[in-house]
Amino acid sequence: MATVSLETGAEPSAAAARARRGAAWRANLIRLASICSFFLGWQLLAFLNVHVFKFFNPILLPPPTAAFAVGVEMVISGELQRHILASLSRVVQGFLIAAVMGVAVGTLVGRSKLLENMIDPMIELLRPIPPLAFLPMMVLWFGIGEQSKIAFIAYAAFFPIFTTTVEGIKYVDPLLIRAASSLGASRSEIFRYVVLPAATPNIITGLRLGFGLSFFVIVAAEFIASDSGLGFLINDARTFFLVSNMLLGAAVIGLIGFIFNFGLRQLEARLLRWRKSGRH
Amino acid sequence: MADAKIRIEGASKRYTDDVLALKPVDLTLKENSFTCLLGPSGCGKSTLLNMIAGFIPPSEGRILVDDVAVNGAGADRGVVFQEYALFPWRTAVENVAFGPMIQKKPRAEQLKIAAHYLEMVGLAGHEDKFPTELSGGMKQRVAIARALANNPSVLLMDEPFGALDAQTREVLQEELLRICEAERKTIVFVTHSISESIFLADQVVVMATRPGAIRAVFDVDLPHPRDRSSVEFVAMEKKIKQMVREEVQKLGVS
Repeated sequence: MATVSLETGAEPSAAAARARRGAAWRANLIRLASICSFFLGWQLLAFLNVHVFKFFNPILLPPPTAAFAVGVEMVISGELQRHILASLSRVVQGFLIAAVMGVAVGTLVGRSKLLENMIDPMIELLRPIPPLAFLPMMVLWFGIGEQSKIAFIAYAAFFPIFTTTVEGIKYVDPLLIRAASSLGASRSEIFRYVVLPAATPNIITGLRLGFGLSFFVIVAAEFIASDSGLGFLINDARTFFLVSNMLLGAAVIGLIGFIFNFGLRQLEARLLRWRKSGRH
Repeated sequence: MADAKIRIEGASKRYTDDVLALKPVDLTLKENSFTCLLGPSGCGKSTLLNMIAGFIPPSEGRILVDDVAVNGAGADRGVVFQEYALFPWRTAVENVAFGPMIQKKPRAEQLKIAAHYLEMVGLAGHEDKFPTELSGGMKQRVAIARALANNPSVLLMDEPFGALDAQTREVLQEELLRICEAERKTIVFVTHSISESIFLADQVVVMATRPGAIRAVFDVDLPHPRDRSSVEFVAMEKKIKQMVREEVQKLGVS
């Protein structure tokens, strides 16, 4: 049909694609340079502080190389891996509980007005309380072992996952539901084939937020009564005034968070590839 | 009437705040006929269509399709919406395969049916594109293919070409008629374009405003393909335009 060609947009020219790749490359270069100059500036400040100004006690801000050296040492001794594994295991367990509960309860509340009226007020009441306020209580309830930390992470990560799931389920475009019902879909089929996929972007956002929050709170949980984990590493270093170790702990948390967020974003882009392809 | 497909018997719609959206309507649509519901916004034309689709129940009266009262949406009545309502997470072919999938046809057959209808609407080669990658006209072609793939006996179209530019609109009107030749359907088509309704329909139902009601029914017996500049076409257009204008004036200054 001659008409179709009228509607398909012209393919972008090779030159335009090259220009766009060049721009992306430049943007990444700037980002990399920014990170490098941050570390260089820090190194320089620590160096000048020791050898030129004597501005503050050098023990307060060791150079990044010192933190790196501690890291190498702890990797060789296997201690760093042990802490990373301990924290990760707690985060993953707590997060999984939060994910299952958040999506399940969120789906139920999003589907039923009655349940929404029953559950929503309680959650709205608890949500503004910083999860940290419950940490001492959780330690009393679940003991100082793994359980209290996992429960604490699960509690903290539950809220964003729950809230975004409810929103996603509740605000599915009613037109899509009409379309599906006019194609013969039953209520359960509409849920499976329309409501769930439509809510997926929201649910994924909630999971990403929840995962970030898990890392956020694990450090605090490990400050209290713990003998392993990156939070413990930081707190333990504090008692011995080992600032390099504290910096290392923070840097490792940042790195792990970055890697996981990157992974989740890749997963999101794969699952939600239909959202992106607007411009080509 | 033996060949009555849809019978609307005193169906009216009153919303909760006691506003009468549509006065009781009596209308019979013949099997394989093409009916346009024409009128300005607020005349209840979409309300009537939504009641036939089963999306909203009539406040009084009833609507019979094949002598069975409509109670909820059903696969026997395909719907095409102005806003396309494609599932954005499904590719073109997966959108069209939705109906056959719900009918639990084998996967290979679902895809075969979907490919067939995509080809019918001129979208062969675009099977794996997501709705965001398609133009408005192409999206509406997919939506029409999706409705047809379910093989409904009734096709309800709610201002399907309203969001499209004038050229695309005319092309799709012609193609809709071509498709109707191949697939016999009873079509109800809501529009506010007089020219579109005369170009397409066997029967143009002009609707009144405040409250919504049927103002007049015109039988269009011009042969297809219709020439928009022919004397008969223009005369009918003029007559209907006069009537619609009166209805618009009832709405006050807009």
